[in-house]
Amino acid sequence: MMITTTKGDMEESLLQKSEGSLENDKEIISWVEYRLDDELVHRSVHVVLKQSVAADGVAAAIG
Amino acid sequence: MANTQAMCTSFKGELLTGTHNFGTAPTRATTAADTFKAALYLATATINASTTAYTTTGEVSGTGYTAGGVTVTFGTAPSTSGTTAFVTPSASITYSSVTLSTAFDCVLIYNSTQSNKAVSVHTFGSQTVTAGTFTLTMPVNDASTGLIRLA
Repeated sequence: MMITTTKGDMEESLLQKSEGSLENDKEIISWVEYRLDDELVHRSVHVVLKQSVAADGVAAAIG
Repeated sequence: MANTQAMCTSFKGELLTGTHNFGTAPTRATTAADTFKAALYLATATINASTTAYTTTGEVSGTGYTAGGVTVTFGTAPSTSGTTAFVTPSASITYSSVTLSTAFDCVLIYNSTQSNKAVSVHTFGSQTVTAGTFTLTMPVNDASTGLIRLA
């Protein structure tokens, strides 16, 4: 598989691959990195939002 | 029966479709949906509830990223459930083939049809991208987790 890198498209087998992820109440973040001789040449990130902002609609009491 | 003080749920939903106007502007010349965009901001920027419109100040820059960000797809009309109105983009927000070397942690959703007026700010863990893709996948479109909710 070809990987887009800072040095152009490269065959995945030529690169060192690392992956990671973390999850909290708001999101799940996962990333994949490819390095060529310890130089970072590709990093992609995927953020899955679990929930987001809400505004309260308030009807105030009269009197 | 008894009366209950409340903000009408139908009104909340209608706010999301521009049905009500308590002021004098803007005059809407079309019934078509507006175009919304998503811009990314550096972790050092100040984008928050006081932000009134899209700004280039603090916006990310880098290879493959166009100032102003990308168009957001709202393919599903606003809805209501219980007493909450909500709307969520119907597709992930994706920035493809970008290099964003300075850490960013925020996306601003804004209305590019209405003078780039701000809609909402969403933060996430600080990231960089190198010759890659940054994808924001939306939460479930319901009254509990929808991206934009009027509760």
